[in-house]
Amino acid sequence: MFGKLTLSAIPFDQPIPLISGGVVVLLVLAVLAWIVIKGHLPYLWSEWITSVDHKRIGVMYMFLALLMLLRGFADALMMRGQQAVALHSNGFLPPEHYNQVFSAHGTIMIFFVAMPFVIGLMNLVVPLQLGVRDVAFPTLNSVGFWLTATGALLVNLSLIVGEFARTGWLPYPPLSELTYSPGVGVDYYLWALQISGIGTLVSGVNLTTTVLKMRTKGMALLRMPIFCWTTLASNLLIIAAFPILTATLAMLILDRYLGFHFFTNDGGGNVMMFMNLIWAWGHPEVYILVLPAFGVYSEVVPTFSGKPLFGYRSMVLATMAICIISFMVWLHHFFTMGAGPEVNAIFGIASMIIAVPTGVKIYNWLFTMYGGRVRFTTPMLWSLGFMVTFILGGLTGVLVAVPPADFLLHNSLFLVAHFHNVIIGGVLFGAFAGYTYWFPKAFGFRLHEGWGKAAFWFWLIGFYVAFMPLYAVGFLGMTRRMQHYDVPEWRPWLLVAGVGAILILIGILCQITQLVVSISRREELRDHTGDPWDGRSLEWATASPPPVFNFAVTPDVTGEDAYWLIKAHAKQQGLEAKAPDYRDIEMPKNSPTGFVSAFFATIMGFALIWHIWWMVIAGFIGAFATFVAFAWRDHDEYVIPAAEVERIDRANIEERRGLVTIAGGA
Amino acid sequence: MNILDPQGPIAAAEKTILIDSIAIMLAIVIPTIIAIFAFAFWFRQSNTKAEYRPNWAYSGRVEMVVWSIPALTVILLGGVAWIGSHDLDPAKPVQGTGIPIRIQVVSLDWKWLFIYPDQRIATVNTLTVPAGAPLRFELTSGSVMNAFFIPQLGSLIYTMNGMVTHLELRADEEGTYQGISGHFSGDGFPEMMFDTHVVSQVAFSDWVAATAKSDKVLNTDTYNKLAEQSIEKTPITYRLDDPELFGKISSQQIPPAPGPKLTTSEARPETGVNNVR
Amino acid sequence: MSAVEMAHGHADPHHLHPVEHEGPAPKRIVTGFGFWIFLLSDIVMFSCFFATYAVLAGQTNGGPSGAQLFDLKNVAIETALLLLSSFTCGMASIAADLRNFLWFQVSMAVTAVLGAGFLVLEAIEFIDLVERGAGPSRSAFLSSFFSLVGCHGLHVTAGILWLLTMMAQVVAKGFRADIQRRILCFALFWHALDIIWVAVFSVVYLLGSAA
Repeated sequence: MFGKLTLSAIPFDQPIPLISGGVVVLLVLAVLAWIVIKGHLPYLWSEWITSVDHKRIGVMYMFLALLMLLRGFADALMMRGQQAVALHSNGFLPPEHYNQVFSAHGTIMIFFVAMPFVIGLMNLVVPLQLGVRDVAFPTLNSVGFWLTATGALLVNLSLIVGEFARTGWLPYPPLSELTYSPGVGVDYYLWALQISGIGTLVSGVNLTTTVLKMRTKGMALLRMPIFCWTTLASNLLIIAAFPILTATLAMLILDRYLGFHFFTNDGGGNVMMFMNLIWAWGHPEVYILVLPAFGVYSEVVPTFSGKPLFGYRSMVLATMAICIISFMVWLHHFFTMGAGPEVNAIFGIASMIIAVPTGVKIYNWLFTMYGGRVRFTTPMLWSLGFMVTFILGGLTGVLVAVPPADFLLHNSLFLVAHFHNVIIGGVLFGAFAGYTYWFPKAFGFRLHEGWGKAAFWFWLIGFYVAFMPLYAVGFLGMTRRMQHYDVPEWRPWLLVAGVGAILILIGILCQITQLVVSISRREELRDHTGDPWDGRSLEWATASPPPVFNFAVTPDVTGEDAYWLIKAHAKQQGLEAKAPDYRDIEMPKNSPTGFVSAFFATIMGFALIWHIWWMVIAGFIGAFATFVAFAWRDHDEYVIPAAEVERIDRANIEERRGLVTIAGGA
Repeated sequence: MNILDPQGPIAAAEKTILIDSIAIMLAIVIPTIIAIFAFAFWFRQSNTKAEYRPNWAYSGRVEMVVWSIPALTVILLGGVAWIGSHDLDPAKPVQGTGIPIRIQVVSLDWKWLFIYPDQRIATVNTLTVPAGAPLRFELTSGSVMNAFFIPQLGSLIYTMNGMVTHLELRADEEGTYQGISGHFSGDGFPEMMFDTHVVSQVAFSDWVAATAKSDKVLNTDTYNKLAEQSIEKTPITYRLDDPELFGKISSQQIPPAPGPKLTTSEARPETGVNNVR
Repeated sequence: MSAVEMAHGHADPHHLHPVEHEGPAPKRIVTGFGFWIFLLSDIVMFSCFFATYAVLAGQTNGGPSGAQLFDLKNVAIETALLLLSSFTCGMASIAADLRNFLWFQVSMAVTAVLGAGFLVLEAIEFIDLVERGAGPSRSAFLSSFFSLVGCHGLHVTAGILWLLTMMAQVVAKGFRADIQRRILCFALFWHALDIIWVAVFSVVYLLGSAA
């Protein structure tokens, strides 16, 4: 009746998952109860859960990411803690737990922190920067978000019902095959990622179409902000790479569920095939993550240097070059598989070549500062921290791209330090910079600067204290994923790394405090003009937060740095331009399609994991019915009359006029 | 286990490449980082002495330099990579003194089996080799993927069931070095450490002779018992009954080892019997 | 320098844009473009199955190979059915453009029948293979065969479900603009499946039988 599911799936006999899972469940129930009792549910349902507004969806993506950051970081603390104590000892996490912890840590951080964070930023900002009212497919956007949330839910569910994968964040066969991983852990992983993978693909289609087919009048491709270019490159990569993940995970699912022999030891299966396929996805994936972060820096650095970005066209060239080359380097993840010197060397050289456009970008940001007037706001600090940290991460990356060097460093903690160096220094710092930079646009008030700077310093110093020792211990021969060890030389380094993790924890606490303080002091921090940083691109031309239609009249663009030109023009001609031509605006209607289809996806995913076949069919019927119901809508848009548009716009202009300063002197 | 303290030519060459590559890159990276600090500091808003050039956003000369610096570095390192990949290809034979020693490595859950087909002996979790002699490793896995790695001798290499990888090493100094598995393979993975004893040629012959008198025999049956999931706390030595054993394992004539036994309330990960829900 | 000059000079220093970008594209183009992008991603996914098939085609694990299993006559009939269904789907597209209810429904119904015929033949082939002990768990070659051909079959099944839904939509709501866009997307999907089938029968059946 319930497939493999029995009451013994709940870890009553294991204190660590029981207590942590129990605490989370209680917290979730408490929050839900508070929402319902205080009467917030109707507001949440109509304004957020069923919203198809790209700004709301972007915020929800980032909220999911920040929440999952806490979960993934808790895993990190446990890992650092275990490794700090587990010399000649089993530590406090037996192998079966430790192995789930590091697998969950990687899976959550990549798929449910980094991906949603950058996708959320792109969703929030890109339509505003392009001067349009929404993305190409708003309801599909909502579906994509909720399917991603489903994946996150399933992974977290594994904490209390069943177990998670114990294979690492990429489930290499044959360890991940049924023979060696007979439990439900790998199945949780597989279905969570297949479902959220559909969500990501939806985003890829949506944002690519938006950038290529929906830009305001006058905005030729070479007048787009670089953040939009990196959005295009990243989403092209999503479209080209995520289907590979879908196919590969499907093959592993077929092996585990129907006895196929893609990657099994017996029957003619080929484990090398898995490694090639998964890394053909995996390498573009990290560029999917880092390109939007590069885009953030390309917005932040010019704004806070008071100058346009240096070398716009070479930035575009470098971005697209990275996009293409990222597909040609995947073998560097398994130089030690023994493919032979020619193959290894070619992929090694290709991996180094990608450092050229990346280096060009760094120099372009450097020369953007040259001749500027640099303001050290929190986003700029994150950008400077990124520039230094990412260069070091890139150095270690090019190092392991040399095959004979990789023969010594493969899978060691040196490698772990390298990829955290580029992901934290590159992607996460960029996400935090973007978060701080665009927070006022999304919510109408800035984040508290003091707490922001404190968070930055704790993160920066904590990162170095946590990861530089890991480079050292990698040189001392320590390999990754060790639940315990008996080499005394490693211990001091791992202790220091543990201290670094605590420093980062303080940084995260500063960020939480920053949010709480900013919300309670939001009137002091209010952004009245819509342009708190003296920005250069179109998102700053509208109010904070923007009205649902973004722009009362979509702007006419005459060059790069479109808003900077508008401000310069306004300075020349005085603030009163001719009255805008207000028209009726059609906006897409909210829809529960996303949430409801994700509900059925959750049911299907859970049922597939536990082999509850009748529930799978029920879930599928529900999902299909949801789409048919959506297709049957007669009214998918609503009209905002011109008079209402004018009223909203005039109110925003009044608020801005009260506090506006001349362009160039914020 | 320090890779910066190599005890054989392969590890030494790899270390040289490591250090040289780092040095080449630091030559670019350090000035760049200094420039980042310098530009940010000099052009800070409060510095009225700095010249503000609000429209300077392009310079052909700067562009040429910023494209060339990474490109030249990459060309140099690319050359290092090409030559190094060929010179240090794991399967490339290594010169040495004395007869080459063939060692057939089988990774199991969760221990290492070393078969010396020419000496008709086998060991678990301990490797003894003569100093200066070429060591010819043939590697496979009896179950899941692993990676054979002796950091101070060089070159980690994967082991996979149904396939044979090749590695050539040489150990130059006598001593005891640690070896590990460099690829996560399940709950007993941290136990896959083994000692590598590098001894003189004479001591090696003595050791071979002594081991050949072992009361334990390695053949297909005892191998299958050994292949079940377990952790071996003390090394084992065997007399090798079947010199073709490795061939049978790597061609899957002997099928791969089974996985964990399923749920029991007495399941204990330390003995390799996983708690499965 | 006046603001206007500054704007132009800054905007187009190399005079590359004589024609200004007109603004967001109309809905039909946006929808079609987005669907093309989705189709490209689906083709990438199929490529993975093709690549896996190429790698594993020789791994018969002592079991039967393609040459021993494939019935090219059956494949020819399946191909004819699918190609014809693409033709009738094309007719349905034209009928939708002309807003001809009868011809639209007839063409779509015939397309569905032809597609269903394809699926029935494929299902019979699969069941027959399984009964002969040549099911997907027999060998890696058979795993890759069943998954590649089966993936295509699953897409055809989804296509037929979509087709029936579109028929019902037109009955209920007529040829409204959004329904026309969905018919466009459906037609693209159906034709793409046909193209993939050409690749499937070439790589799998024709090459496999020659081996």
